[in-house]
Amino acid sequence: MIATIVSWAVVVGLLITASGLLLYRDWRWGIGFLAGQYVGVFWLVLQHWPLGMAAAKLVGGWMATASIGMTLLNLHQQEPTDKYWSQGRSFLLFMIGMAALLAVAAASLIESILPGIGIPVVIGGILLIAMGLLQLGMTTQVLRVILGLLTTLSGFEILYAAMEGSSLVAALLVVINLGLGLVGAYLLTASPEEKAT
Amino acid sequence: MSAPFIWIFIPVTVGGLSLFVARERIATIIGGVTAIILAGAALFVPIDEALGLGSFSVKIASSFQILGRSLTLDSSEAPLLAILFGVAALWFVGAESVGVAKRLTPFGLIIISLLVASIAVQPFLYAALLIELAVLVAVPLLSPADQIPSRGVIRFLIYQTLGMPFILVAGWLSAGVEASPGDLALTIQSTTMLGLGFAFLFAVFPLYNWIPLLMEEGSPYIIGFLLWLLPTITSILVMNFLDRYAWLRTSAQVMSALRVAGLLMVVSGGIWTAFQRHLGRMMAFAAVAETGFILLALSLDPTMGLPIVFLLLIPRGLGLAVWALSLSVMDSDTESLRFSSVQGMARIYPLAATGLILSALSTAGFPLLAGFPPRLALWNALAQQSLGTGLWFLIGIIGLATGAVRMLAVTVMADEKTAWASKESWAQRGMLGIGVIGLFVLGLFPQMANPILNKLPLMFQHLGH
Repeated sequence: MIATIVSWAVVVGLLITASGLLLYRDWRWGIGFLAGQYVGVFWLVLQHWPLGMAAAKLVGGWMATASIGMTLLNLHQQEPTDKYWSQGRSFLLFMIGMAALLAVAAASLIESILPGIGIPVVIGGILLIAMGLLQLGMTTQVLRVILGLLTTLSGFEILYAAMEGSSLVAALLVVINLGLGLVGAYLLTASPEEKAT
Repeated sequence: MSAPFIWIFIPVTVGGLSLFVARERIATIIGGVTAIILAGAALFVPIDEALGLGSFSVKIASSFQILGRSLTLDSSEAPLLAILFGVAALWFVGAESVGVAKRLTPFGLIIISLLVASIAVQPFLYAALLIELAVLVAVPLLSPADQIPSRGVIRFLIYQTLGMPFILVAGWLSAGVEASPGDLALTIQSTTMLGLGFAFLFAVFPLYNWIPLLMEEGSPYIIGFLLWLLPTITSILVMNFLDRYAWLRTSAQVMSALRVAGLLMVVSGGIWTAFQRHLGRMMAFAAVAETGFILLALSLDPTMGLPIVFLLLIPRGLGLAVWALSLSVMDSDTESLRFSSVQGMARIYPLAATGLILSALSTAGFPLLAGFPPRLALWNALAQQSLGTGLWFLIGIIGLATGAVRMLAVTVMADEKTAWASKESWAQRGMLGIGVIGLFVLGLFPQMANPILNKLPLMFQHLGH
């Protein structure tokens, strides 16, 4: 019972972090939201995987976050000047609402395919996939693209944990997350004029 | 010693170490020699059989255990390894002549290793994860540290990454369909997931916009290497799916979907090639059409289609290598590869222009060139099934041929007073010469590759028998 309540709280937390990743204007907030998001992912993955494997996902996610954060810290930062992001906030909020609605609406369908997965797990997974895709569809900025990909993959990993419990898959997914973080760091270094916004 | 150690861990290690090499020549030698040795080993070293070396006897095991799963490369996969590393050697050796060996050798070796691991991993569904890792390694290869990442690189990363989850979920659902074949809803879900996954990985229409973008903005040679390697391995993954799941290979709808996707790529790739005014974008769309040919061959009855898929592999690798090398040679002496910039270049770079035209004609299936035998076989097989499909195929081919003729017209359209010269370096001449001869040899004597190609279907338990 308590685990279910915590899971629902985590879903709400994921909605906040994923929304924050879409709406942030200072990269420090973005990095913070991403790190927080991995805690939620850890909890939902823990519903189906043993603690060790779920913890590996958390640590891998944090390492990816740290690699991006350290890179941004070492770049000379400008204050964000992304006009689109500041002007389109109401639209983004509307889209976040749509994504949340989609996650709730699709939950029962996914539950029927994966009996026993748990509604909070399904909603958390779909929510992150939808928010990540939203991020990917709205920008070509390196940082936001990498955050979008990491968010989408996190959502997928929450759902996939219920389907597959192989250690090799867990290890490869951690490596992919870390690899995405490193690729992001590399691309950010290669595009210093873009900076984080 | 095991086969995965030789063909996966050795190239990864060599690739990793060659990141520290500072000279182009040494990087070329390392890449070329490693790939040639590994191709030769695949041809001559038996797997799971005792190999007598004087008084010693060595046996190379086919499997390697890792985290409870196995990487397995048995003797049936040796011909494919020989082709992969053999064609890769060609790319590595040619890299020095266009100044990209320091980047291509290390990253190229690591990418090939990961993709070989994707063929070896059991269960094969995990291949999608290893392909994704290869994609991540390809990013620094495509986007040098001193260049702003292009839109093409970002889209490449997004599209290829999005493919992985679909394939993994489709694999899981497919096992469910196998257990309960009557469940229509599950079958539809599984097929949809699989279709979306492969649409992203193969860059099926309209998800291929990153290819022309990359060709416009990056090094044609490096992009050509990836355009050869990634679809080749993805097609092996498709064949693994078809081999593993009877419901997939016997489904008329799946085969129709493959045929439609293939035709879309051949026709759209061919038509766009005909109308481009940029040599790089022309190659991009021709590569899209090449992938379409593979999909069309996969849509045929396996006894007929499988040999055609394999027949396409070597000409595709060689054609793209010659095309990319020719473009890179021209690119080094011009602002861009737009028609206005490359007009009349045949007078200054005659061998590069020859390579360009011949590889484009080979892609269009011009007689006497490497692309002709597989396209003829494919066209014949398609026409036997449906005349309409054969006609659409012809439209694609006409588009590709038109592109080649336009290329020819532009590159020879020089001022009469322009003197003939050959500004290619000796290394470039050598590589282009070998490539052009190879295109003719494979076109005139396609049976030369039969000893290797005939064994390739044995990789598959059901498709190959």
